[in-house]
Amino acid sequence: MNWLIAILQTSLFVVLAPLLAGWLKMCKCHLQNRKAPSLLQPYRDLLKLTHKQPVVSEQASWLFIAAPYLIFSATVLAASVVPLIAVNLPTSASADVIVMVGFFAFARFFLALAGLDIGTAFGGMGSSREMTISSLAEPAMLMAIFTLTMTASTTNLSGAIAHVLNEGLILRPSFVFALFALILVAIAETGRIPVDNPATHLELTMIHEAMILEYSGRHLALIEWASQLKLMLYGVLIANIFFPWGISETFGAKDLGYGLLAILGKLALLAIFLAIAETLVAKMRLFRVQEYLSFAYLLGLLGMLSHIILEASR
Amino acid sequence: MILLSAYCAVLLSFASGLLALMMHQRQNLSAISEYGFNTFFTRNVHCRGWLNKNLEERRFPVFLKQAVFVLLGLSGVFAVIAGLAVLLGKGVITDQIALGLPWLPWHIRFDGLSGFFFLIIGIAVCAVSLYGPGYVRTYKENEHPFAALGLFTGLFVTGMLLVLLADDAFMFMIAWELMSVASYFLVAFQHENPANRRAAFLYLLMAEVGALSIILGFGVLASFSDGFTFDALREANLSTTWASIAFVLALLGFGMKAGIVPVHVWLPEAHPVAPSHISALMSGVMLKVALYGLIRFCFDLLGDVQWQWGVVLLVLGTVSALGGILYALMQPNLKRLLAYSSVENIGIIFMVLGLSMIFMANGHPQLAALGFLAALFHAFNHALFKNLLFLGAGIIHHQTHELNIDMMGGLIKKMPQTSALFLVGCMSISSLPLFNGFVSEWLAFQTALQVDVLDNGVLRSLIPVAAAALALTAALAAACFVKVFGLIFLGQARSRNSEKAHEVRDKGMLAGPALLAGLCFFIGIFPGVIIHLINNVSSQLLGHTLPNDSALGWLWLAPVSAEQASYSPPLVLIGALIAAGICYWYLRRSPLTVMRRAETWDCGFGGLTPRMQYTSSSFTMPFRRIFAKTWIIDEQIKKDLQGAMDQDVVAVHYQLHIQDHSWPRLYQPIAQGVNNLARQVGRIQTGNIRTYLGYSFATLLLLLWVIS
Repeated sequence: MNWLIAILQTSLFVVLAPLLAGWLKMCKCHLQNRKAPSLLQPYRDLLKLTHKQPVVSEQASWLFIAAPYLIFSATVLAASVVPLIAVNLPTSASADVIVMVGFFAFARFFLALAGLDIGTAFGGMGSSREMTISSLAEPAMLMAIFTLTMTASTTNLSGAIAHVLNEGLILRPSFVFALFALILVAIAETGRIPVDNPATHLELTMIHEAMILEYSGRHLALIEWASQLKLMLYGVLIANIFFPWGISETFGAKDLGYGLLAILGKLALLAIFLAIAETLVAKMRLFRVQEYLSFAYLLGLLGMLSHIILEASR
Repeated sequence: MILLSAYCAVLLSFASGLLALMMHQRQNLSAISEYGFNTFFTRNVHCRGWLNKNLEERRFPVFLKQAVFVLLGLSGVFAVIAGLAVLLGKGVITDQIALGLPWLPWHIRFDGLSGFFFLIIGIAVCAVSLYGPGYVRTYKENEHPFAALGLFTGLFVTGMLLVLLADDAFMFMIAWELMSVASYFLVAFQHENPANRRAAFLYLLMAEVGALSIILGFGVLASFSDGFTFDALREANLSTTWASIAFVLALLGFGMKAGIVPVHVWLPEAHPVAPSHISALMSGVMLKVALYGLIRFCFDLLGDVQWQWGVVLLVLGTVSALGGILYALMQPNLKRLLAYSSVENIGIIFMVLGLSMIFMANGHPQLAALGFLAALFHAFNHALFKNLLFLGAGIIHHQTHELNIDMMGGLIKKMPQTSALFLVGCMSISSLPLFNGFVSEWLAFQTALQVDVLDNGVLRSLIPVAAAALALTAALAAACFVKVFGLIFLGQARSRNSEKAHEVRDKGMLAGPALLAGLCFFIGIFPGVIIHLINNVSSQLLGHTLPNDSALGWLWLAPVSAEQASYSPPLVLIGALIAAGICYWYLRRSPLTVMRRAETWDCGFGGLTPRMQYTSSSFTMPFRRIFAKTWIIDEQIKKDLQGAMDQDVVAVHYQLHIQDHSWPRLYQPIAQGVNNLARQVGRIQTGNIRTYLGYSFATLLLLLWVIS
């Protein structure tokens, strides 16, 4: 039964991810005085891509073809770890938050290799930049997450969320710092403005798009879906760790329904904030990203220190 | 019985070294066999025919090389058997051998810690001996005699095994020196190149300085005890100051061998110049022997660890981990890169060992056991994947005659098996889930996160920062090995050599790395096997194991308790297979969407050349800019100008040299100081016999005055 709900939750994750992307695009369009595409447009795009014949470069090796499947399944696994509508599911025990970061690293490793596989300058550029940014983002992210895990004294995400739920609403300075650090990291890791622009194909500024330039058809669909999934995953992490209220602690149908409604509401709200931020802020130069990410790291560190100095129970 | 197989391992490796000496004794050997068959075994026709066939002039070198490596491989097998037996038996076996001076027998002790390192050496030696025969075939006998290579390889392995068996300081040092000196000759094996001789000399120098420091460390211990056996040294009752002095001496000595920053400089010089299977042994195994020495010295002989020592190890380890990987990132030479990455991994091990000491000294032995477990597990994993990568680098060098990764590319199509094995190594070392490197790193994080139990506020804020540094290290390692795999195997070939490369034909050269790659994956999925073994070591050495309520089944990994953290690699593997399987099946079912091959998109300009690809220096450019202070960067761009007013650029020359800070900051001042001192001393050496007689007279007077 528990396993069934866990599988259900993961599939829900996978199914809802394009919806979030569509909603985000809609918000952005409204803010920028453009006519918005339908909310379901990302689904149509994915469906269209899966029905197309993929064209693969003659240079490409098996790794290029295998990479989308690996990237997608690693991202799905990461999603299975994160509690979406209910805590205490068995999948979240099979891997903790450090393993989740590991899954991201796994997906990124193959994405960067796929970028290098076709042997064009674009691919190499994208891979190099992606690895640079992620290697700066990873410590910042872990710092923010360690603050949380040390407060809850567990690295199990579902356990940590349950801990925050049970404690009730306590304003902790460390959590505020960690929240901001995680938001900054999430923006960098999901390739949003101001770090990367998902809508650009201008070679000087591309990061994520440069790596996947050669992909088409179902391969592209998988990679796009994986990056939508990643966006949603970070959104859920922020929403459920710092504002866990509404998430279901039992497996009754009613509770689960409320849990679903709660997370949908939280994500919709977060997406609006993201859309506003993306509309207000301009993309920054690549070599400003390090300052941005070291600021995120600093916030994470401050969170950790304020936990140790102010909050620890001695 | 267990000890017997340990002795067998030692003797077999020694015998393989001796057998290699027979390389030039073919005539004598055939004469002996003739004589033997004529007088003793006259009926044994088959045996005789077989032996004669192998003693023919053409077959003999091949046969002998194979025999040498078979003996070495058997030695590895026995080492694995002995190590496993003592780990599972949980016993301590002691013995004495009447070797050496008559009143100083060699004391032997074989316990869990030695057994664990026996296991590491055994696996590595097995892989190397599968790989060796194919690899040494290219060496020309008159330039690079196999006799020398085989002899010193045998002695090197013997030395390492004896270090692990030693139970007195004398035997330890003799075995240690055997290991160091034999490996010196191996580094100097291709001595026609002056750079190789220089690297070998540097290695010897640092090994001897380190050995001196270890001897002094033992000396400090021995001055508080009666005798040099480890039993006596364990009983020694040291004040904290003296114990700390001994610790610093041991750390310097063993750290020099292990390659801790800033005494790591011999690694990137010596590893690239040794033959690949030797660099695999040196990097994968010899560094671990140094680690063994440190653990034996601190946890076993000194006993009472101080938390300050732990902090020293933690800081040094963090610096080494970050420094090692940042330097590795910048290297275009594959083997140099791997050597620097060893510095990084040793740094991680030292870090976790430091955590273990801190917990130990603060009275949390179970967490100390967790840190100890993570350190030993990472040592084991590093031995596997670093061996794998060095052997892979050897194959690549063998097939393309290149070590510069800017000259490679596209090898995944030409060398499919090698590339798959190398990929496993890269994934393990980048600590990706499902592979072994991830498990030990996960354990390291779990150890660091237990910091809440400590009382000291400084430690409690220092350790999470170290954990974040570990995260940075892991991410940089992933970037580094994306670069390595991507530039070597993917894209288009950047040189003629790599364009013409093909898969290695020798099955053994693939079998050795395949064994290691298989173990990397197996241990990544079932880490419980090794954790169970290490638990036995820590129960012997620290007196504590992991907490009892940690579910240590084959399925789950929960080092502290199931509520705090758990990881189940088999379930993750199953999940990954299901997810990948579903989308693979779903997306491929329509025949209309069969994949089509086409030219790469070239923006409509046409003519993509291999020179347009990213190279090592361009891939790492963002890192070079962000962490600019870490290196001494010498970047020069020269333009050849032509035409009226020098307006046309004909050619652009780009040069990039990246140097280690430790040379100008640490070593050159030391070298200069020694030179200056020598010059000062040189002043009293006038070369005049009267002055020397005067010195003797003055000394005599002084001595007489002292005596009276």
